[in-house]
Amino acid sequence: MKSKKDSEVPARPPSGFSRRGFIGVGIGSGALGAGLLERPAAAEPAGAAVVGPQAVPVTLNINGKPVNLTLEPRVTLLDALRNYIGLTGAKKACDRGVCGSCTVMLSGKTVYACAVLAIDAQGKEIQTIEGLAAPGELHPVSAAFWNHDAQQCGYCTPGFVMAATGFLKENPSPTEADVRHGLGGNFCRCGTYMGIRKAVLEAAETMKKGRPSNG
Amino acid sequence: MANTPDYSWPPMETRQVMGQNVKRLDGPQKSAGRAKYSSDFTRKDLLFAAYQTSPYAHARVTSVDTTPAERMPGVKAVHVVSPAGTEVQWEGTEIAAVAAVTEEIAQEAAHNIKVEYEVLPHLVREDDLTKAGSRAKAAGEKVVGDPDQAFQQAEVVSDGHYGIPVVTHCCLESHGQVTEWRGDHVNVWPSTQDVTRYAGTLAPNLKVPTANIDVEMNYVGGGFGSKFAPDAWGEVCARLSQKAGGAPVKLFLDRTTEQLIAGNRPSAFAKIKLGGKKDGTITAWQSESWSTGGIAGGGSPPLPYIIADIPNQRQHHSAVSVNCGPARAWRAPNNQQASYLTCCAIEDFAAKATLDPLEVFRTNINLYAPQARRATYTWQLDKAAELAEWKKLWKPRGQAQSGSVKRGLGIGFNAWAGMGHNSQCRATIHSDGSVQIEIGTQDLGTGTRTVIAQVAAETFGLPVSAVGLTIGSNQLPPDSASGGSTTVGGVSASTRKATVNALAKLYEVAAPALGVDPSQLEARGGKIQVKGGGKSLTWAEACRKIGGGAISETGANDSRNPGGLIAAGASGIQIADVSVDVETGVVKVNRYVAVQDCGLIVNPRLAESQVYGAIIMGISTALYEQRVMDEQTGRMLNPNMEFYKLAGIADIGDIVVHMDIRPENDKRGITGLGEPPAIAICAAIGNAVANAIGVRVPRIPMTPEHVLDALDGRAV
Repeated sequence: MKSKKDSEVPARPPSGFSRRGFIGVGIGSGALGAGLLERPAAAEPAGAAVVGPQAVPVTLNINGKPVNLTLEPRVTLLDALRNYIGLTGAKKACDRGVCGSCTVMLSGKTVYACAVLAIDAQGKEIQTIEGLAAPGELHPVSAAFWNHDAQQCGYCTPGFVMAATGFLKENPSPTEADVRHGLGGNFCRCGTYMGIRKAVLEAAETMKKGRPSNG
Repeated sequence: MANTPDYSWPPMETRQVMGQNVKRLDGPQKSAGRAKYSSDFTRKDLLFAAYQTSPYAHARVTSVDTTPAERMPGVKAVHVVSPAGTEVQWEGTEIAAVAAVTEEIAQEAAHNIKVEYEVLPHLVREDDLTKAGSRAKAAGEKVVGDPDQAFQQAEVVSDGHYGIPVVTHCCLESHGQVTEWRGDHVNVWPSTQDVTRYAGTLAPNLKVPTANIDVEMNYVGGGFGSKFAPDAWGEVCARLSQKAGGAPVKLFLDRTTEQLIAGNRPSAFAKIKLGGKKDGTITAWQSESWSTGGIAGGGSPPLPYIIADIPNQRQHHSAVSVNCGPARAWRAPNNQQASYLTCCAIEDFAAKATLDPLEVFRTNINLYAPQARRATYTWQLDKAAELAEWKKLWKPRGQAQSGSVKRGLGIGFNAWAGMGHNSQCRATIHSDGSVQIEIGTQDLGTGTRTVIAQVAAETFGLPVSAVGLTIGSNQLPPDSASGGSTTVGGVSASTRKATVNALAKLYEVAAPALGVDPSQLEARGGKIQVKGGGKSLTWAEACRKIGGGAISETGANDSRNPGGLIAAGASGIQIADVSVDVETGVVKVNRYVAVQDCGLIVNPRLAESQVYGAIIMGISTALYEQRVMDEQTGRMLNPNMEFYKLAGIADIGDIVVHMDIRPENDKRGITGLGEPPAIAICAAIGNAVANAIGVRVPRIPMTPEHVLDALDGRAV
């Protein structure tokens, strides 16, 4: 849309904080190997509507419920979740699509929430770790992380749990070698990988037994 | 009380809860994403803060114009940290900070502040001592015995050079806090390793009484030695809040700034010569070493490490001042560097003497400076060798298999004091039987909460689930910083004393109903019973005798007078088994064996987690991590997580941890575990690589570049 807005609003200076360009070029090509970027968003056609820089209405479907917000288009999905909605399970660590601490599900695929703009997540099912289980209950993946002490400071844990949940959807019967490969997109600084390997294998077993329909 | 109560630990074989693999108490919260870290703080009136920092390693600020930031809608406060005239000594130095209604506005406003500099000359690299010039300060020569004569008489002399670079802590939760300064009262939610003393350190900077500063923290996303003090941003955050009318302000460093200024480990480089006998006995040591910890120099590895009783020694150390962010404590400060430099030199000596390095480590056991630990090291060398299949797998240096992938084994050792920090605990028993334990400590992910609950449950004869626990606030009985592997000792001792004291009061109220003297009672299996069986009350029945009030007793650990509950001294032997592709230079860890003691172990599962974690962090530093500085621009080239590489889940091989829980270790009491297993990894891996490929790769990390350089004779 060639709107009036384009002439009224001066273009953001190149020195400004434009994530769209950064995400499209820098991260999009650099981190795809991890398989965690949202490919449809990266492949968005060039003619998409231009909005902003001022705040615009945004509707996000989070854990099955629509949430209406007014956000500047530069706000990432991660910042929208943490700063505007109060869902702080997804953590901010690298803020550049590398460490996986902010992993959430978008349309059933794991993504780095810091590398997706909130406006691009509209119309898609967003699942955060808060949506995995009701308060006081543990999803089988979370329970397995607890059972195998796959956490120390715990800051990377929600991202790992989400990454593992997404991984198990696509690999319901993984070997340990599969786990080592499949969770390479997340980092832990305390060094809990030994527990995580065991936890993901246990969760796979639990989920196969307890939820045959998911298989 | 007539007599000092008996606080000693129950004998190993009668313990009910201590020594059990109780699952981490906060595990459900963490693994469900519901644990609230200080950086997760949310409130409607929360403001977000951001810094503008210096792009120059050395410069004088000539002007700071904040008006572009102040004019922006949504900006609520601006604070200049480094006004005109300030001399900036490293990239990332904070120039000014902004608080705004959104994180996006804060970042843009901070970016818009106009700062001008007069750029000054810098030095940011110390790896080549000859280029450091006057920035290197010699510490003076240290001589023991007669090194000249000893080297002349030596049957075997080896020499080598070795280096371990600056690495960054890279805590996943960056440094920072939320601060609310309203009137004369300050509330802080920091990310810290020292909840109790945070306020006292911040108070003089704010000119607010310590008593008016409330500090609360439930979870901390990594510290590793870098989060002891409130830091400059603690004060800046408070000032932004004050300027913004008292709204809470959240100031957490972005990743770039975190990597630049919020913590790094000093480097260490050395040329080392060893002399000795053909049988492997080391008689002489000579080292010329240097290191940097930032602008103040610093970093002084204790050499020779552990084998400190070499009779003849000559040492030179220089501290190099560079224009880089200052070093901070890192798990076992200076010990990792010292272990690497020393163990590499021992391995090279063994290779020169054509001896098995395991034998050389054993032959020289009478040189180990922790004398009391010599027998432990001997036992651990054997145990580690057995677990690593040393006899079967070890081949003399460079005599690995044919083909391009070479396998090698290497040894490293560690020593650490530990003990227990000052700690106070309050234990309350309510008349309804509920129990509350309160300590102003913090759980860094080491399992402090779980350990405290296990100690309390042990004393009371109750399950862990019956123990209520509150930590993480300076309104609680004071504790100390979690550093130096002193937390588990401190909190275990204070909890033991407080719970024993409270139980003594409970015995007093329960004794009449049981018709015996209080001294005849014991708490076991949820009952207060006459010792050796006989009459009993359930825990709940006994507590009802308290009547209307509650029993509330305190207990303290005094680090100067620990009273037998805790002990200093942990030791460990580690062996790395690696494969090196001599065509690509890629090093892979096949297996890593750690044998570690830390006295009495309260929770073996959590202890093992500590050792796993230390080793994984160590593998990461041994293979991947280094701060890369560019001398041309004075800037760090990898202040991020894309190019500052951490080990991932596929990069660590298999790790075998053997906790040395022999009764003679147990009876010493509790010793901490955060540092000791983190010390020897670069040493073991560096030695394994040399063993595999037949040449020493001097510089950590063992990247393909460093390995191929060594193979081609290009190594520095």
